[in-house]
Amino acid sequence: MSIEKTPASNRAWASASIAIAAVLFMSSSILGLVVLPSVQGTDPFTNLWDSICSAAGLPRRASSTDPVEPDHKISRVVLSTMPKAEADSVGRGATIALQCAICHGPTGVSRADSPNLAGQYAVAIYKQLEDFRSGARSSAVMSPFAANLSDQDIRDVAAYYAYLPSVPTNHASTAGVPAIVAYGAPLRGIAPCGSCHGSVENKAGSPWLGGQPSAYITAQLNAFAVGIRTNDTSQQMRNIARQMSKDEIAQAAEYYASLNPDGL
Amino acid sequence: MLNSRRLIIAHFWVAFSVFGLALILGAWQMFIRSPLASWLGNPEWYYRSVTAHGTIMGYVFPTLVAMGFGYAITETSLKTDLIGRRWAWAGLGLVVLGAVTAMVPVSLGKASVLYTFYPPMIGNPFYYIGVVMVVVGSWIWVALMSVNLIVWKKRNPGAVVPLAMYANVAGSYLWGWTAVGAALELLLQIIPVALGLRTTIDAGLARVFFSWTLHAIVYFWLMPTYIAYYTIVPRAIGGRLYSDSMARISFSLFLVVAMPIGIHHTFADPQVGAGFKFIHSAFTAVVALPTLLTVFTICASVEIAGRLRGGKGPFGWLATLPWRNPAMLAIAFSFLMLGFGGAGGLINMSYQLDSSIHNTQWITGHFHLIFGGAIVIMYFVIAYDLWPHLTGRAIASMSLVRLQLWLWFIGMIVTTFPWHYVGILGMPRRMAYYDYSNPALSDEAAPVVMSAIGGFILLASGLLFLFILVRSHFERRIEPGQYTYAQAAHAVTRVPAALNAHGLWVALMVALTITNYGLPIMQLAVRDDTSVPAVFVGERR
Repeated sequence: MSIEKTPASNRAWASASIAIAAVLFMSSSILGLVVLPSVQGTDPFTNLWDSICSAAGLPRRASSTDPVEPDHKISRVVLSTMPKAEADSVGRGATIALQCAICHGPTGVSRADSPNLAGQYAVAIYKQLEDFRSGARSSAVMSPFAANLSDQDIRDVAAYYAYLPSVPTNHASTAGVPAIVAYGAPLRGIAPCGSCHGSVENKAGSPWLGGQPSAYITAQLNAFAVGIRTNDTSQQMRNIARQMSKDEIAQAAEYYASLNPDGL
Repeated sequence: MLNSRRLIIAHFWVAFSVFGLALILGAWQMFIRSPLASWLGNPEWYYRSVTAHGTIMGYVFPTLVAMGFGYAITETSLKTDLIGRRWAWAGLGLVVLGAVTAMVPVSLGKASVLYTFYPPMIGNPFYYIGVVMVVVGSWIWVALMSVNLIVWKKRNPGAVVPLAMYANVAGSYLWGWTAVGAALELLLQIIPVALGLRTTIDAGLARVFFSWTLHAIVYFWLMPTYIAYYTIVPRAIGGRLYSDSMARISFSLFLVVAMPIGIHHTFADPQVGAGFKFIHSAFTAVVALPTLLTVFTICASVEIAGRLRGGKGPFGWLATLPWRNPAMLAIAFSFLMLGFGGAGGLINMSYQLDSSIHNTQWITGHFHLIFGGAIVIMYFVIAYDLWPHLTGRAIASMSLVRLQLWLWFIGMIVTTFPWHYVGILGMPRRMAYYDYSNPALSDEAAPVVMSAIGGFILLASGLLFLFILVRSHFERRIEPGQYTYAQAAHAVTRVPAALNAHGLWVALMVALTITNYGLPIMQLAVRDDTSVPAVFVGERR
């Protein structure tokens, strides 16, 4: 056995393979970037260069008209994990929260069908207060309160309520859990409530719903369904609530309300 | 000349043990989302299991088989001691350590992101760091394969590199380069977010990086199988390799065209232009070429075996083939599964046809048929073939081996054919729960049950495989002789230099990566408005 190692043979192999690869690349590029976009006839662009750029994935401004503006205020909050609160944040928050106690309870546990805030995720409280302040979410009661809060105030209040002992427990058992909470309804595009709002998992920005008043949960789901409440960033709650039946809304609300905080 | 027996056996045993564990998870997943089980109630458990199954089967198991087989090929084909045995042990250690590091957060439910990562989902950083360690451990193997070949060439100037080693090093180079995509995704995109250094992630760019790895990794899994096709099977069934040059051309072509085709995995992604999707689709069609060359060459090699055993006429040689020989049985099964899987693959690679089966169970069926079926059944053959040489003992029972291969083939067909079918019905993949009582899904119930039964057959076959390997450690001692590879039908007299070295093919692989991935990556990397907030998983109260 020997190796055929003449310069001529080496050159022949190299040039043939490079040529084949180049021809393949050039022909598929011409077909994919030039020919197909121009013969397919669905091209909304005006000239060849635009359609080549489009096929190559380079976005170009194709329209001179302004983008469509939504008819409601959009939430400015970008959801992520909350940075760790400063040490004195909780104390400042407790002072500010004195004005919240009349509805949300002196220990963050409400007796007035307002949300229980004790132990709620800081990021969830921050998002809602910020949305009330910006007008992305509106409420006759909450909007005036939020209007006077600074960004630091909101962080402090969120840190305070997150610091309070959370009363509901994680019910790992699914006995008695309604289908809509445990499985969702995949055919209607409804994810399980529990996959974001607790009992299965929590996603940033989603509040913990265990122990929240049934009336409050029902009211919010209905508000999402009819489009009165619009501060869910990617419309996930509006899409879900629109698809939920009245019974499912009632079951979800009753289930979460039934995870009662101790002593209530 | 097998002097690193302990090293090779260690690789195989780690690989096959984790394979057994992942197989149990796989069968459980098939069961729990079929109508046979009442729903578990917590989808998180399901995704946890899928993440572990995919990470082990995709990253750990085939990598360790390729590594162990690669060391065996180095010593047996070059007839020399492995250079860098300590490094090889270090590589194995790193892979094991990485696998454990990755599996701890997955088991705790802190990284249920599936093995393809799916940014913007972000799990516990140790999961990703573990996967990086697995990759780095395997890169030690890549370097060792290269070093061993270079040193051997220096010591044997003018000698032709044996086919098995040529293919083995081609496979290692392919892996070395294709793993770069996922490594870039992890190091530049995912790990900084997982560590809390950033809160947003360019999910589109991350997915393009992953597609760089995602298709060629399949050809990396395939390499040991193709090496077995060309160099083990013809010898094991008493035939001859039809053409040594054809084999070298196939492996070189795999090196070149397995890489620049990954964007066909992102046909439905908006961040890649349609033109580049077309280019990658066209190159995907080209990758069928080395596979067709292989099918032709191996069928011809098998025909030689049939004719040497007295087969006559156009089909008479089929009857005289040694059907009771495990290698014969396995290659027939492997080719059947490769044929069906390949036909399905042609649909996946076509932009238009793909849209009808995209993200359905068809895809899951496809890659299980190709990888779990055509590829893994040859891993079994590699193990059975090498075991007597590694242990110095006979294989426990040839009839159990045949039963195991039959069960694997039947199990894989029963699992994947209904999977393809429900995919056509529109059953989505990556879902933990299906409400089969709903009239819209009730058609899917029966095929899903069949598929789950296939999963149990596969589990039985996999456990039988492990049983045979364990038993074989306690069989009578034998003298297995020298480990040999298939002879070519016509003595190889001259090999072109290009088919004796990898330089030209590696250069083409890198060049085509740049032409086919350069612009899609650049245009996403330079834009500053393509990042989205990360979605952290595994946060529970």
